[in-house]
Amino acid sequence: MSFNEIKALLIRKFGEEVIVGEELTGLQPALIIHHDRIAEVCLELRDNENTYFDFLACLSGVDYGIEENMFGVVYHLSSLPYKTQLTLKVKKYHDRSREELPSFPSVNQVWRTADWHEREAFDLVGIHFESHPDLRRILLPDDWEGYPLRKDYKAQEYYHGIKV
Amino acid sequence: MEANSNTPYKTHYEKLISEAESTEMILNMGPQHPSTHGVLRLELITDGEIVKEVIPHVGYLHRCFEKHAENLTYQQTIPFADRMDYLASMNNSHAWVMGVERMLGIDKEIPKRIEYIRVLVCELNRIGSHLIALGTYGIDIGAFTPFLWCFRDREHIMNMLEWASGSRMLYNYIWVGGLYYDLPVGFEERCKEFIDYFKPKMKELNELLTENQIFISRTANVGILPLDVAINYGCSGPMLRASGLKWDLRRVDEYSAYPELDFEIPIGKGEMGTTGDCWDRFKVRVDEIEESVKMIEQCLERLMKDLKRTTDFDPRAKLPKKIIPKAQDYYLRAESPRGELGYYFITDGKSEIPKRVKARGPSFNNLHVISEISRGILIADLIAIIGSIDIVLGELDR
Repeated sequence: MSFNEIKALLIRKFGEEVIVGEELTGLQPALIIHHDRIAEVCLELRDNENTYFDFLACLSGVDYGIEENMFGVVYHLSSLPYKTQLTLKVKKYHDRSREELPSFPSVNQVWRTADWHEREAFDLVGIHFESHPDLRRILLPDDWEGYPLRKDYKAQEYYHGIKV
Repeated sequence: MEANSNTPYKTHYEKLISEAESTEMILNMGPQHPSTHGVLRLELITDGEIVKEVIPHVGYLHRCFEKHAENLTYQQTIPFADRMDYLASMNNSHAWVMGVERMLGIDKEIPKRIEYIRVLVCELNRIGSHLIALGTYGIDIGAFTPFLWCFRDREHIMNMLEWASGSRMLYNYIWVGGLYYDLPVGFEERCKEFIDYFKPKMKELNELLTENQIFISRTANVGILPLDVAINYGCSGPMLRASGLKWDLRRVDEYSAYPELDFEIPIGKGEMGTTGDCWDRFKVRVDEIEESVKMIEQCLERLMKDLKRTTDFDPRAKLPKKIIPKAQDYYLRAESPRGELGYYFITDGKSEIPKRVKARGPSFNNLHVISEISRGILIADLIAIIGSIDIVLGELDR
């Protein structure tokens, strides 16, 4: 299925509002999905026999910069039977001053690959995934302060008495 | 793995540890344990010799690859990409370089000789990496000799790659738009010599280890990974192929010089037990070495005939002066010895430094499945399973 056919399929199934935008300028076109609907969209894309995106290649948490205050998650899906690829994105405005983290639905129930990738996004970018069963830090120690891949990150001076 | 809103535990991990029974023991395997192949800690909940649950703890070798990549130019990041999977540095830098070249739109202009040299060194490196996987797997299960044999043969590859790049393991040889240097004079002949020497050695290794009855008893029907589980967990490379799926990105994506080469994709057939068991994963790597040998022979033939070195050939001729890709997102995937290696770039079109880079290491996803396939097995079998996954912690923790 081509990019436009997938888009039409999603609109037919979930309505116009599920796709909030698209990026067509780069080498790989991307669909921007409404941030609350991503889990059901992924499930449909995985199970629909015309798309069959059964393999989640990569899941990346992104901080889009200090001026924009925008956080997002990028999903790279592949379909092994059809040999196609698709990029999905979700984005959300988040004011950094607040205590709680930017939050998106977890796709852990759709692909188990997402389990560790979401933990990594939580660990390094500080994105919370709703209904993730095991959201702990994965690469950094449990008592590390801050999220290193955020654009406003400042490393702590000392970690257990060791200079960072 | 239900969403745990009604339980008093914050994470699934807390639940597992808190609800372990008094007859069960929580045992740490690693981080300093030779069979974990690096600094990996596995927390086991055991009942006698039976493993009830495996909880991997990773991150001991985290070296902030993604943070470094956000502060360095594309060319400067190549040595860091090398250090991700330190057993297959060429494959790592090849993937990185291909991603940058495609974003710049110069991937079609790379001379054929350079593409062939890249594939040649990548396949040599793949053999070296698989030899370590096979040798250390033998030693995990108690066969010492194959380990020494594999390291002896790998040493030839190390020497050749050192001759070409100046370094034994971390090469920084493949550059954006070209190569560091052309192959040294006489490299092709030496490589041919090595291939002639190496082919019978694989036969010996098969006789000693692959078809050894003790080895088969330890690995066949152990750690069976069904295909649907493998796909859902994002396993790739030999893990996925051993479960019975012909999926090789060198064929699917047809990048670099691979479409012009003739090679098969070996898959697991369950010859000794069930499809997707440890023996199949081992056998797929053995077969892949033979395929790589075939590819190297074809590369050498072309490099010595129609793509011969000329005095005016400069592998740095196409090197871009400044690497500033247009503002875009790009995800590149390539087949490293361990599976799908991906780099996701976000660029802003103004600076020589990417805005965000995410690396998708194949070991990261391959290891994740271990808790799924290791419930209810013996501790000794767990060692067999870890070895058959062939993780490299440098890439897992990045």
